[in-house]
Amino acid sequence: MRYLPHTKRDRELMMAKIGIKDINELFNNIPKSALSSFAKTLPSHSGELEVTRHLQSLANINLAASDVPSFLGGGAYRHHIPATVDSLIQRGEFLTSYTPYQPEISQGTLQAVFEFQTQVALLTGMELANASMYDGSTACAEAVLMAGRITKRKNVILSGGLHPFYCDVVETLAQFSQLNIEKSRPEAPTRGHHDTVTLEKRINSETACVVVQYPDFFGLIRDFSQLGDQCKKAGALLVIVFNEPVALAALKSPGEMGADIVVGEGQSLGVGLNFGGPYVGLFATKTRYLRQTPGRIAGQTEDLDGKRGWVLTLNAREQHIRREKATSNICTNSGLCALAFSIHLSLLGEKGLSHLATLNHEAALSTAEKLGNIDGIEVLNESYFNEFTVRLPKPAGPLVETLAQKRILAGIPIRRLYPDREDFDNLLLVNATETVNSSDINLLAESISEELS
Amino acid sequence: MNKEIERDTVKIPSVEANKGLHIEEPLIFEQGSTDRSGVDLPKISERPDQLGNLKRKNQIGLPGLSEPETVRHYTRLSRNNYAIDIGLYPLGSCTMKHNPRLNEVVARLPGFSDIHPLQPPSTVQGAMALIKELEEWLTMLTGFPTIALSPAAGAQGELCGLMVIRSYLERQGNPRKTVLVADSAHGTNPATAAMCGYETKSIPSNASGTLDLQALKSRLDNEVAAVMLTNPNTCGLFEAQILDISNAVHNSGAFLYCDGANFNAIVGKVKPADLGIDIMHLNLHKTFSTPHGGGGPGAGPVAMTSALAPYAPLPWIEHSTSGYTLTEHLGNHAQQSFGRMRAWHGQMGMFVRALSYLISHGGDGLRQVAEDAVLNANYIRQGLHKHYSMPYPGTCMHEVLCDEQSLKPVGLKTLDVAKALIDKGFHPMTIYFPLIVSGAMLIEPTETETKKTLDQFIDAMITIADHSSPENIAALERAPIHTPRRRLDETKAAREPILRWSPNNKIET
Amino acid sequence: MPEAKYTKDHEWIRLEAGREEAERTGIVGITNFAQEQLGDIVFVELPEVGITVKKGDESATIESVKAASEFFTPVSGEIININDAIIDDPGLINSDPLEVGWFFSIKLSDPSELANLMDETTYESFVNSLR
Repeated sequence: MRYLPHTKRDRELMMAKIGIKDINELFNNIPKSALSSFAKTLPSHSGELEVTRHLQSLANINLAASDVPSFLGGGAYRHHIPATVDSLIQRGEFLTSYTPYQPEISQGTLQAVFEFQTQVALLTGMELANASMYDGSTACAEAVLMAGRITKRKNVILSGGLHPFYCDVVETLAQFSQLNIEKSRPEAPTRGHHDTVTLEKRINSETACVVVQYPDFFGLIRDFSQLGDQCKKAGALLVIVFNEPVALAALKSPGEMGADIVVGEGQSLGVGLNFGGPYVGLFATKTRYLRQTPGRIAGQTEDLDGKRGWVLTLNAREQHIRREKATSNICTNSGLCALAFSIHLSLLGEKGLSHLATLNHEAALSTAEKLGNIDGIEVLNESYFNEFTVRLPKPAGPLVETLAQKRILAGIPIRRLYPDREDFDNLLLVNATETVNSSDINLLAESISEELS
Repeated sequence: MNKEIERDTVKIPSVEANKGLHIEEPLIFEQGSTDRSGVDLPKISERPDQLGNLKRKNQIGLPGLSEPETVRHYTRLSRNNYAIDIGLYPLGSCTMKHNPRLNEVVARLPGFSDIHPLQPPSTVQGAMALIKELEEWLTMLTGFPTIALSPAAGAQGELCGLMVIRSYLERQGNPRKTVLVADSAHGTNPATAAMCGYETKSIPSNASGTLDLQALKSRLDNEVAAVMLTNPNTCGLFEAQILDISNAVHNSGAFLYCDGANFNAIVGKVKPADLGIDIMHLNLHKTFSTPHGGGGPGAGPVAMTSALAPYAPLPWIEHSTSGYTLTEHLGNHAQQSFGRMRAWHGQMGMFVRALSYLISHGGDGLRQVAEDAVLNANYIRQGLHKHYSMPYPGTCMHEVLCDEQSLKPVGLKTLDVAKALIDKGFHPMTIYFPLIVSGAMLIEPTETETKKTLDQFIDAMITIADHSSPENIAALERAPIHTPRRRLDETKAAREPILRWSPNNKIET
Repeated sequence: MPEAKYTKDHEWIRLEAGREEAERTGIVGITNFAQEQLGDIVFVELPEVGITVKKGDESATIESVKAASEFFTPVSGEIININDAIIDDPGLINSDPLEVGWFFSIKLSDPSELANLMDETTYESFVNSLR
């Protein structure tokens, strides 16, 4: 078998050295009643050709976004990833290296992590960032737990604009903690609707944090500066969540709005859609909260020769030392995905990222304009970055299904994520990145128009 | 923090610092600039925006590099890393086996890599079929009928396992209060129990390095919700009394959770379900070869009995006559699920890689994996036992445990052995874990290493141990000396944290 | 210097001289053995001045590069003062754990608790048995 180097002779020599005749002598401690030759009933090994054929056949069944116009967002975004990114992350020294616990032979990873941490801090307008978490949703849950530890308070307010699956994750991961999670009723982004005012009214002396999303799940962009002030007055933390890091290049930073913790999904840059994973959670905060921050962190130092280098640091927060008192049970970060994010961002740079953000916004402006011109369709958002909500004259779910059969991925029926909200039945979440061009947009508009007439 | 990058005030390493193929590489912030980019994008049309009056007014401060500079920067960084592709990583409990390149190819097929998690399920039936096929393989290997694939890593898998157990017990009316954890356990075990609202109590190991059955029995009461153990355990030994252990646990109404980090030793030889285990996680990035990527991503699916299945986390992917279905919310169908652990379905990229690995090996290959892994570890044990003291002599499974007793008279520390190995071209073994052994050195070669590599490793370890003169010891305390950086000051890093670049950071050549 | 008393968890307490019975105060810290075991200390979190603690309470946290440890109060009482110097420079605990590296001072609510602690000779034998 191609991954197992030993020949029969090797095994014989080694067994002789150990003093055994049969390999099963080394498995004597397994209860005899449990030992079985069930492995013989499994399919036997396969060469690359057969494996590829089989997996290719499964892949071919799926409708890939590269083949069709795709207007899907809702927490995962399709951007063009430059060829350099994938080429570099496939270098064996990055792909097959371990967590950098032995810093002398991991300076490549550690320097890249230090650069990544800096990029995330700059992008979010915060003082520091960690080496990444599994994804945006678990980073959000960790931020909530952290706010509880810092303030020693119990109440958590989740805005109605927070991605519904993120809300679910926060509730699930906090269900056995002392925290009391208060959700809010989400509203479609009709003009004049601002739930930040109602959020402010609910803050009290038992509030650990308020969690808002920027832009929110429906695409709406709001200023949280005033909310930040109210939180500060009450001694609560402001947690700002983002799903689309490219948006941060176009907008005022969460840090400037008074966020205490900023978390989000980095998948847009470098990582790709991957049917939901692996992704990369970004986590940024203030220096004063450093010791309560979960996850790995790389720090700068010197070696015996006085040369600059980096190490994983402040390990006493983590599970392998603190065990049950750790800030989190997290062990792995999303190393290779964080590297991909960082490489993509280095290639883009300030200029490229800003340009990319503008292209995204313009694609959304064009799409919104075209859709808004169709009879019966209303674009609800007064502000948006690259995705917005439209109200159709009929249910969005069946329309999306029909268009999918016609090889157009038209958007996300919002009801799918809010099964209890009949009033969301006609709402469609439409995203447009730089990967859709004018003929895609025209095709979308024409197809929807056809379905509605 | 929105200043221009002040490149001119910072000293870039000079070429004098280069050594042949090793080239000193500064940070991107020390060489890039805000007006450079390695990407060409179409023209923008300068339309008025609809950003809600929140358009960014200042710079972020991100440096950009052209494509050639980017390639050089990261290629040079990569050359400062050790990797499986370069040599042996004898890290106990990590299972650093070869990462097959075929897995990288199939994971990148657009039909897997370019599909959105919220596409209509009718357009991603092949992806869901792949997920179910992986579940079937894991069922065949573990003996558990239900697999929860969404946990993102081993630690999240452990959390999933404990949450399932707690949900089951809460439904019975009493979640109970404590979780018993083997004292040799990985730190994630008690950290996870705490996240689940349980108090942790430790079960001691006996003189043979396995769980003390009597101590376990004396600690089991009706407040214990679960017992967490690793099997084979972190000392590299199979818990031979596992059936007695599981009986005792079940008799007290608790559940037996198995940390599957060491599954590589028994894959294809025995099914954990046949050992009385109720629920376990597997590490796709250990036993199933998905790459470590310098720290992640991993994947930690959880296998469980049918009694626990109703509590499994969302989403549920199931097969019916009308194809594959996705259940994303609690409702009539998934009433008792404990909830959603993450936004989407799981680490799909790792599922494709793991399935490719499983199909490539087949049942015969997987059994060979376990046999060769255990053979290799015992071969190392045989080669080292006269030179390194081993707290639990005798046959081990896929990893062998040494301690520092034989080093002490010579004046060596475990840390010095580890650093000396680096100069000889090996990544060190796991050190100072498990905590129950003083100066632990846990060595796991895995099955993808040749006999020649094992012989070289054994020779290197013997050479280090046999250094008994004070000069040699002093040299070992300065190791490594051949690496791009020598021992780094971890105390300084923790006492004076510098966790990001900022324009004030100066460097010296 | 008055004699110190020691706990099994390697904390020490030394009574401040010249105080009347009703006003006994002492200063506390960790022993040389403890700082050796921990390695280079990088951070310490001390209790708030004015709070009341019971003997055995976890009242401070010590972090080193490779470990973390809780500080258990040797006696019950009220926290009078904390040593800011070790917050700014945790290395002082390593270099001088018995004097400069003190943690906090406490007004004893029950001086009879001192009787249960080890004296210097007993503590030293205890430490030798661990080595």
